[in-house]
Amino acid sequence: MSSIGTGYDLSVTTFSPDGRVFQIEYAAKAVDNSGTVIGIKCKDGIVLGVEKLIASKMMLPGSNRRIHSVHRHSGMAVAGLAADGRQIVARAKSEATNYQSVYGEPIPVKELAERVASYVHLCTLYWWLRPFGCGIILGGYDRDGPQLYMVEPSGISYRYFGAAIGKGKQAAKTEIEKLKLSEMTCREGVIEVAKISIYKVHDEAKDKAFELEMSWVCDESKQQHQKVPDDLLEEAKVAARTALEEMDAD
Amino acid sequence: MNFTASKQPENCLLGPESDSQRTLYPYVTGTSVVALKYKDGILMAADMGGSYGSTLRYKSVERMKPIGKHSLLGASGEISDFQEILKYLDELILYDNMWDDGNSLGPKEVHNYLTRVMYNRRNKFNPLWNSLVLGGVKKGEKYLGTVSMIGVNFEDNHVATGFGNHLARPILRQEWHENLSFEDGVKLLEKCMRVLLYRDRSAINKLQIAKITEEGMTISPPYSLKTYWEFAAFENPTQGAVGSW
Repeated sequence: MSSIGTGYDLSVTTFSPDGRVFQIEYAAKAVDNSGTVIGIKCKDGIVLGVEKLIASKMMLPGSNRRIHSVHRHSGMAVAGLAADGRQIVARAKSEATNYQSVYGEPIPVKELAERVASYVHLCTLYWWLRPFGCGIILGGYDRDGPQLYMVEPSGISYRYFGAAIGKGKQAAKTEIEKLKLSEMTCREGVIEVAKISIYKVHDEAKDKAFELEMSWVCDESKQQHQKVPDDLLEEAKVAARTALEEMDAD
Repeated sequence: MNFTASKQPENCLLGPESDSQRTLYPYVTGTSVVALKYKDGILMAADMGGSYGSTLRYKSVERMKPIGKHSLLGASGEISDFQEILKYLDELILYDNMWDDGNSLGPKEVHNYLTRVMYNRRNKFNPLWNSLVLGGVKKGEKYLGTVSMIGVNFEDNHVATGFGNHLARPILRQEWHENLSFEDGVKLLEKCMRVLLYRDRSAINKLQIAKITEEGMTISPPYSLKTYWEFAAFENPTQGAVGSW
């Protein structure tokens, strides 16, 4: 599937004869190697979930946050190179506070997605910069209701009702498509995200330990982006483990 | 590349006009704020007046606002500068919340931040023309402090701004004690506010009392104090006055 772009892949300002920019495609590979990140848009809000692969047993649980709040009403989950992600989150926070400062209202999610996407795209235009090696799933709740966007290293940004990036994105997308998202509340969505998409998608053989990080923005959280409450998270993890055991028992 | 000779940036006014970039006088002002520590937290009172010089122009100005989970800010002085301060604090609290690390800025931290802001502006000769009262409770510890427009800051069991320092503090020095109940605290504040209403010409008879405790902040709806004008000295006030002709 991957073709060798000999000679045409040295710089992000070089097109190949068949019209591809290889550096951007290589950047996307960095995202594909990371743990799965999922976002779904439910009836009353957004749920984001991250399969955090634990690199070392010495790491403190709860550290290495992959989901960040960008403003009160929106958050983003990052897949790929963590340091690149940190840069994008910082930029998004800055854009959001700037918009609030100038226009007096929280930045509409669409506007935020556009600004993040054009920032990511910016780094694909100059030879002295390299593309960001991370994909972003951005979820927020504004006047037009809950919205979910995904930004890729190429700078493309689309609006979704279900999105997945990282290692298990294919399997995750298949599972998400099976869900009836428009009838689901966020409370149910949290359990589904844990159950189907993370525990189903996690490959026990390749990566042993992982930590599940989830957040939501919904009516129940008063349209504020926050970590999923501990009790609900536990409930989701238990439901996911039982579903996995039932599946294995077959 | 820009090869033209360097010139002044377009928004700079030359010579004597450059002063209009700094705050020289306040325009719409609020009068005293009075606050005290009581058993469960802090009680703060301020009237709802915004004066435009000697005119009582605005009569529904909320001069006390909650800051984050643990603090309450009351301001006297220029109302637009107070609104600017609220904007700065809103951003401060937002960034604090976005860390999502289980910590949140308490009243002591917010007071320190405000002191730095006020003092730095004063050093640039462009002050925020306010006297601020910052009170709150965090982890059971009560805190009440004040910052002035020149950066003077301190904390105490009871504080006041403006005329409150001259009229209310003496009353509080006599009658404040530790562990006041909520009712006693309100009564004491109302006593102070009544004196201010009688004697401060920029005070209006429409005030709010705000309370902040470990549980959170509540602010009363606006109400008026009962006043008594039948004192003998007010009847025929010019009786003993000596005239020049």
